[in-house]
Order: sequence, then structure tokens, then C-alpha cells
Amino acid sequence: MSRLTVPKTYKLYIGGKFPRSESGRTYEVVSAKGDFLANAAKASRKDARDAVVAARAAVGGWAGATAYNRGQVIYRIAELLEGRRAQFVDEIQSSEGVTAAQASAQVDTAIDVWVWYAGWADKYAQVAGNANPVSGPYFNLSVPEPTGVVAAVAPQGVPSGSLLGLVSVIAPIVVSGNTVVVVADEAAPLSAISLSEVLATSDVPGGVINMLTGSAAEIMPWLAAHADVNALDLSGAGSLEGAKGESWVDLQLAAAETLKRVVPPVAGIPRPALEGITAFVETKTVWHTKSML
Amino acid sequence: MTITQPVGLAPTDRAERLLGGDLTETALRLHLEGLSGVDAVGLEQRAAGLSTRSIKTTSKAWALDTIIRTCDLTTLEGADTPGKVRSLVAKAITPDATDLTTPSVAAVCVYGDMVPYAVEALGARHGDPEKGLVSVAAVATAFPSGRASLAIKLADTREAVAAGADEIDMVIDRGAFLSGQYGVVFDQIVAVKEACARPDGSRAHLKVILETGELQTYDNVKRASWLAILAGADFIKTSTGKVSPAATLPVTLLMLEVIRDWHRITGEKVGMKPAGGIRSSKDAVRYLVTVAETVGEEWLTPHLWRFGASSLVNDVLLQRQKMRTGHYSGPDYVTVD
Amino acid sequence: MAFLEYAAAPESPSILNLKAQYGLFIDGEFVDGHGDVFDTISPATEEVIASIAQATAGDVDTAVKAARRAYETVWSRMSGSDRGKYLFRIARLVQERARELAVAESLDNGKPIRETRDVDVPLVAAWFFYSAGWADKLEHAGLGPNPRALGVAAQVIPWNFPLLMLAWTIAPALAAGNTVVIKPAETTSLTAMLFAEILQQADLPKGVVNIVTGPGPTGQALVTHEDVNKVAFTGSTNVGRMIARQVAGTQKRLTLELGGKAANIVFDDAPMDQAIEGIVNGIFFNQGHVCCAGSRLLVQENVHDEVIDRLKARLSTLRMGDPLDKNTDIGAINSAAQLERIRTLSDTGENEGAERWTADCRIPDKGFWFAPTIFTKVSAAHSIAREEIFGPVLSVLTFRTPAEAITKANNTPYGLSAGIWTEKGSRMLALVDQLKAGVVWANTFNRFDPASPFGGYKESGYGREGGRHGLTAYLEASGWDAPAALSAASTAPADGKRAARKPKQTRKAVAK
Repeated sequence: MSRLTVPKTYKLYIGGKFPRSESGRTYEVVSAKGDFLANAAKASRKDARDAVVAARAAVGGWAGATAYNRGQVIYRIAELLEGRRAQFVDEIQSSEGVTAAQASAQVDTAIDVWVWYAGWADKYAQVAGNANPVSGPYFNLSVPEPTGVVAAVAPQGVPSGSLLGLVSVIAPIVVSGNTVVVVADEAAPLSAISLSEVLATSDVPGGVINMLTGSAAEIMPWLAAHADVNALDLSGAGSLEGAKGESWVDLQLAAAETLKRVVPPVAGIPRPALEGITAFVETKTVWHTKSML
Repeated sequence: MTITQPVGLAPTDRAERLLGGDLTETALRLHLEGLSGVDAVGLEQRAAGLSTRSIKTTSKAWALDTIIRTCDLTTLEGADTPGKVRSLVAKAITPDATDLTTPSVAAVCVYGDMVPYAVEALGARHGDPEKGLVSVAAVATAFPSGRASLAIKLADTREAVAAGADEIDMVIDRGAFLSGQYGVVFDQIVAVKEACARPDGSRAHLKVILETGELQTYDNVKRASWLAILAGADFIKTSTGKVSPAATLPVTLLMLEVIRDWHRITGEKVGMKPAGGIRSSKDAVRYLVTVAETVGEEWLTPHLWRFGASSLVNDVLLQRQKMRTGHYSGPDYVTVD
Repeated sequence: MAFLEYAAAPESPSILNLKAQYGLFIDGEFVDGHGDVFDTISPATEEVIASIAQATAGDVDTAVKAARRAYETVWSRMSGSDRGKYLFRIARLVQERARELAVAESLDNGKPIRETRDVDVPLVAAWFFYSAGWADKLEHAGLGPNPRALGVAAQVIPWNFPLLMLAWTIAPALAAGNTVVIKPAETTSLTAMLFAEILQQADLPKGVVNIVTGPGPTGQALVTHEDVNKVAFTGSTNVGRMIARQVAGTQKRLTLELGGKAANIVFDDAPMDQAIEGIVNGIFFNQGHVCCAGSRLLVQENVHDEVIDRLKARLSTLRMGDPLDKNTDIGAINSAAQLERIRTLSDTGENEGAERWTADCRIPDKGFWFAPTIFTKVSAAHSIAREEIFGPVLSVLTFRTPAEAITKANNTPYGLSAGIWTEKGSRMLALVDQLKAGVVWANTFNRFDPASPFGGYKESGYGREGGRHGLTAYLEASGWDAPAALSAASTAPADGKRAARKPKQTRKAVAK
């Protein structure tokens, strides 16, 4: 006797809530074999705009939290992910068509990536900052701080990458206190949405991580040109091709209008690296006079 | 904050008007500690900036003469004798016997017991430096430490005034100031000022020495300057010359800023005297620049500006000779006193 | 007589041994360019100083080839300690010829000799000294073991601190092991040419530094040259934007130091006299031709009138005139075009309803001059509160609470610098946290040091110059070892650091 399953409705994750696309659009997500898996929300430019608003609203609280607190919050994501391994393994297996062992390895690594970055939260500033010995009676310190709102593209169609690729992009962005609007792997978005569910039950404040599913090629130009976005992570944008043949270079061109920081595409999945964090920080140098008298 | 028609008010009345109430320790403390702070780095940078002015030709000639005209030629040694004072006076009247266009200095500055000898030696040349005459300034109030009872300080003052001193250089009680007893310092200055009165109703001018080297911080110097002016100082003066550091350009700049602010508020002009440690013409010119660019050029007169110095005049004379003859002079061509 | 008039104390240009004509400096030699020549004039007198060569795209190509050759055959093979010694040599030569450089800079730029002598030139020497020491210590720069130079750096610098900006860009580039092609600003090429002579005296290997002079198109030919690995631009945000577009899609690394509209925030508990000096220094230093100038004064409302009174009194003691006079505080505006821009924006300020006050300065008959000017009753919507004027013009706004000060200070697309004046340390530090600015000066302003990173947020550019951070802008990591547990699942290539950019390099034609 088989039980009739209850399929999940996969939605967007914006500002800590799970809205459908305001456009009402969905697209069919299929397995590696081509079987129907789900109707995912197909985010529109207005969803992207809403996500930026949510991300901007969350910057103050997230960047203003203590580094120790951010580290714990990120570590908690790993804890929760660990508890839901099976669900992620299932989804990855069906959507990527990999073996259970391969899917497991991907989930494990994704969890470990969160743990690795969680530990950086209260250290990166020590490594990337400096006390500067200026020639004068001044206290002078350079400290990195988050740049603000980052728009990102998760690696698209990278083997064994639908979860790990996404995590490898967003973890370094948020660990320093940035908030992110990320477009998931268009073909394999299920683990991104399930990750959103993990995030929603974790301690990550709403709006810190905003997840869009749909066409990165369609959404990214709006984010790249959005004046309230501070930086653009194109790690996963290498293979994008717009309706008129636009590539990631067009996104970089659009970003130049407001001089956003841009991380160009990488092959495969970004490796865990301090550079991943420092790509989205600003160095602030403060001088103060120093005297006994 | 302004007070109308302050001129002619007794210091206490004027201070009450400015503070807007009774002149209690608390009121004084709130007032002085409410003054804006001083950033030492910024102050010293401003002073250093003023030091880079380049004073040449006609400006320099005028500056050298102004230094002499506003100098309090000083001897304040335990070993002072009537003879030493007489030769000081001779130098004060005729700083450079080889060039009689050289102006006289503003005053001779001596200990109280030397005042009669200075007055006697000056004779007809004794008088208002604005008129080319030479005043007699006496240090008083248990100079330099100020550690004596008020009665003794007042007696010290009265005796010097009675002997003919035109100006009294008093010291404040730094101990009282540093322990926060601003009222004590205020009252002593007021009392000494009253002791400067002569029977004919006129009075000797009062210079109040803060001994900035002991106050140490610029915030203290600012508060002490303000306190001294509030209590009726005609001049505020940096140092006794017996404590190091004595006058410095930043301290002088700061005190001039207080004088400028007082003038903004009341319209009154208070004089300034840096003393000790100013030995070269080059240094002294920097002080003149600082005066001119802080309170204005009209302060560069003996009634509002003095240098307290012993060896400065000779260096100015060397410079003056160089300007006149076109070649460098040497120490044997100016007199040692 | 009026003592304050101060008799003139001019530095004599006779210390200079200038040529009538300067060519390009390519491959260690002065060579004639293939373009026209143009005159460089003294903005204080409008007299011609010398004629300067205009580099064509072909000249730029020759220079880049020389730099590439020098990089591959000499500079990248030289030990770090030897590179450092060359930089130390340059620092010493700059010190030896400091007076000459200061006079030339004042003559050509119009800025007062007091500033070139006490700020620009000493900092130039300091920058080379600081960078020199890094050359053999690159593994400590924070990028992991064996960081690599980028290759040929193309640098385009502005006219406001001609020689200093040259030092800011060249010194770290050379220390890191790059070779350089640099283009000085069109109106201020003179000291770069004297610097070329210094390079010859230092016996720097030929081609390591190449100097191409000329206007905008020369710079464009340089930054778009396909064989440069790094572009560093200092100048206006508009040109920076254009360069960001031109570099998009290439592998060129880019540093941009652009405009600013810094807030200088004065609280009622500020050290008042020093704050006044800081305001003056913030906006009238170098005639306000400073990207980090404190052009927006944000003053707490309860001390507004007092601050403005004191400021006006102080400004009345500023001395404007001959840049070579050692007593001059305010020199000439660098060019007729810049003067026109300052005038236009100031007129707009007046038309928009702000109240204008100008210091009473005698304007010389010849040359380009603009007396120190303050606008009060400025609101955040006025164009003089938003646009970079790049001149001696201060816009005064007020605030009531620290939160309002922050909001107003950050309300700009720029984010280069800010000033805070308060005696309250905890408030100062909290404000520092909130300000979106790359450099924050507390109880001081316009301080620069080779050890201290400088650069902005948002549209003020990206990357930092100075300090360890400035050095890393000219280096590339060889890559740390990946954390062991995480490397297995990474699908990146074996040496696959983040920078392993393979994707389509479709260079787009960009609208010029």
C-alpha cells in the first residue's frame, strides 16, 4: 500500500518571507532524467527590486551585530542543515541525477563551508585590518567593514553544485555583515529553496539572505543596474546568456554606472578563501589626534 | 554670550554679570569647565603653521623694532644688586649705543626690593612706554612659587607699588588651581589688583602669571587664562621663567585665543606676555605673527603685548645691525647687560 | 605700516633649470612624441612655462612595449631587495631636489609653495621610502606565500597633486614588481618630467617607468591598451565610470580614486579653535582641489552662528596671491576651465537660494583666481551640497542630533572621506562606525601618510592607495592552500583560486 505524497510548493525567499513571484510566473523544474519535479517561482524584476529593499533594510542590524553573534548565527545554519541532510540528499539526487554518495558529499561539504566561514566572522577584520604607523601624533587604524547589499549569481549548471555552489557564494558575502540577493541555479533550484527554509528557522534575520529562483540572465541586469546595490558577485555568471546574447560583461558594464564592486566569474565553484570575504568589504581608515596635553 | 557695558565694572561684578549669578565655586567651575576643549595636536599644528611665515625686508625691520619696544628687559636673580639693576636700566633706555635710532624697551622687570634702584636709575626716562619712556615692572606675590599667605602677597605688592612700580607681575596659586579651587585663585587676583591701587586713585597694571609649565595641559591653560581675565588681569603672562617649559608658541597662541574671545564678548582688550625661553629674533618674530593673525595687529603695542626676556634684545640688536650694515655682526658688538 | 601685509617673500624660479620643450619619457630616454605639442602655463600668470609633447596612440603603444620588455627581461627577475634599493635611491633624490620640485610644482600647478614645500614633496619622498621597504617583504603583504606582480600598470593621474599622485601610484607598483606607464594630467606635466630626470640619476633600468604626456585621448589609449594588466586612475567620477566600462570584461585589475563630497561634522563640544582650523584646512587646502575636501560643513545647530562668525574672521586672515610667495595661503585655480566650473556651480548655489559670503581678497589681474567662499543656508537638495565643486567653496548645513548628522553625511553617492569634531571619544567612535567613508579624520582633517590606506566607498571609487592595502592593489595571490576538508569537493581546477577566470572574454565595444 503506497501513500500518496504531499509535494511542496517552492517559493521565493524575500525578507524572511516566502512569497510567490509577484508576476505569478512559475517554471517547470525537472529531474536529470527530465521528469517533472516541481513548479518553481520565476522571479521577476519586481521581485528582485523587493529583495533589494529587504536586503537594504537588513544591513544595519546584521552589520551592526557583533562578529561573535554573526559567527554563531552562521554556525547555526550548519547545525540545522546537518539535521536535514536527508532532504537535501534526496533533492540533489533527483535534480542533479548523481549518486547518493555524491549528493551526500556535496551536502557535507556545504555544511563544512558554512562552518569554515562562521569561524571567520570574528577574525577576518584582524587579518584584513591594520594599525598604521603614520609619522605624526595620530592613532590610525584601518578596519574592513561590509560594503552593504550584494547581488550574486550562484553557479549555474555546475556538476555537484546546486547546493555547494550556492553556499560557497553566499557564505563569504554574509559573514562580514553584508546582505545578499542571490539568484539560484536556474535548472536545479530545489536545494536553494529548501536552504531558505533552513534559514527561515535559523537565527539569520529576515532580509539578510534573499533567494530568487528563475532566470539569472533575466533578473541580473536589473540587479546589476540597481543603484542601491553596492556590489556584484558574478562568480556563477560565466555562462549567462541573455535574450540578445548579453553576457556577464554586460552586467559589469551596467555595474560601472554606480561603480559597484564586481567579482568576475570563476570556473566551477568558488573555493573557500579569505579573498571571498574581503572582496565585499570596504577598508575604513580612521585618524584621531593623540596627545597628553 | 555677551555682556553689555562691562568697562568700569569691578571684576567681581563683571564676572557675576557674565556668569549670570552668584560667584560661587560651583558657578566658576561650571563656567570654566564648560569652555570648549583644546585639541593639543591641532593647536600645535596651527602654531607650527604660523611659524612658517617668512618675514623679510621692511616687515622685518618693523618687527625687530617692535620686539625691542615691547620687551620687558628682565633680571630676576638671587644675585641681583643695585648695580646690576642700574646697568639693566641703561641698556633698557639705550639698547644699542652704536645706533641711537634703536627704540627703548617697554620696561625693566625686577624683584620688588630692586624697584627703588630702577626708578632712580630711570629718572626722567621713567614713564609710559607708549610715549617712548620705560616702565618699571616688579614681580610680586611670593614670586616665583606663590607659596605664601595672602597677607604676605598683598604686602609684597603694596610695597612694590609704593616704591614706584608701574606694573605688578603676580603669580597665581597653581596648587589651588590644580585642586579645583578656582574661587581661591579668583579672590587672590582680585585682592592683588586692589593692592595695586595708589593713593591718587590710579593703579599699577596687573600681569597675572599662570606658570603654564606647571599647569601642563592646554585645557588648564585655557581655563586659567579665562579665570585670570575674569578676575581682572590687565595682562596674562605665561611663565615665571623659573619653570621649564616657559613660554611656548602654542601656549601663547592659546592664551591669545582666549584674549580674542574675551574681546569678542566684552569689547575689552587684555594684554599678553610670553616670558622665558624666547631668545632669538626669529623666534620672537613668530610670536608677532601669531599676535597679528590671532588678535590683530593693534595688539602689537606695549600696552597690550610684552616679551619677558633677558637675552632676546641682544639677538635683535645683532639682526638690526645686519639690516643696517648689510653684513653679519657678532656678540662683541652688543653689550652684555 | 601694516605688519600683516608682510613684505613679499617669493621663492625664485631661478633654481629651476627648465627646458623649453619636453618630450615623452620612454624606455629610459626623452623622445619626441608623434603628436602635436602643447604649452603648459602658470595658472597664476598665464605665462608659458614650457611646451609638452602630446603622445599618440602609437607613442603609448611604444611605451607599453617598453614597459612589457622591462617587466619581462629585468624588473620581474630582479630581487626584491634590489628593487627596494632603487626606490630608496629615488626617495633620496627627491629629498635632494626637494626645493626645485616644490618650486616647479607651484609654478605649474598654482598651489602655494608653502604646501608643495611642506606637504607635497615631503610626502613624495616618504611614499618612495615606505614602498621601498616592502619590495623584499611581499610575502608579508597578507596575500599568502609568493604573491605575484601583475605586470604592466597603466596609471592616469590628476592635476591637483601632480607629483604626489605620481608617487602614490608609481611607488607601490614598482615595489610590488610591476613596470609602469603613467600619464600625468594635461595641465601639470612639468614635475613628472623632472621626475624622469631623477629616474635617470637613479639609474633605474630603462622601461621600468615610462611617462606619456597629453590630454584625455592619450589616457584612453593607455587604459584601453590590451597589453596592460592593471589600470589605476585618479580623477573625476565621470571619467572613472568610463574607465570602469572600458575595463569591463577584461582581466585588467582596476583601482579608482574618484571624487568626493565629504562631510566635516562639528559638534557643539568640539575643540572649537582647532575645529575652525580643520574646516579651513579641510576645504581651502590646495584651493579646494582635493577629492577628499571637507566641502560640506555639517555643524550642530546650536553653535552654527558662532562657528560661522569665527570661520569668517579666520578666513579674513588668509592670504591669496603669488603661489611662489612663502606667505601665500591660497594660490591660483589650476586652469581656466576649472575656474569656470567653480564659478558656474557657485552661481547656481546663489540662484538656488543659498547665502554667499566671500573673503575680501585682492584678485590679481592675470591668472585664474577664486576667493574663499562660504555658502550658508544650504539645504541637502541644493546642487552645491551634492556636486563636487573642486574649489575653495564651502557649503554649510546644520544638524540637531548625531543621528541626523550621520544621515546627512551619508546622503551622497560619494564616500571618500569625512571629518568629526568632538571631544567625546565614544560618540566619535560610534560615528566612525556609521559613516560610509573610506577615511575618517577625527579632530583633524586632510592628513595623508604612506602607511595609511586612502580610498573611498560607493562612487568615490574602489581599492585603496597607501599602506599594506595600497600595495596589494599591485599584487596577485598565488593562492592559499584550500582548507583540507573542503578542497575535495571543490570542482575548481587544481590551482583554482577565485581569480581563475575562464569564462567568455567578450570584450565589448564601449560607447566612448
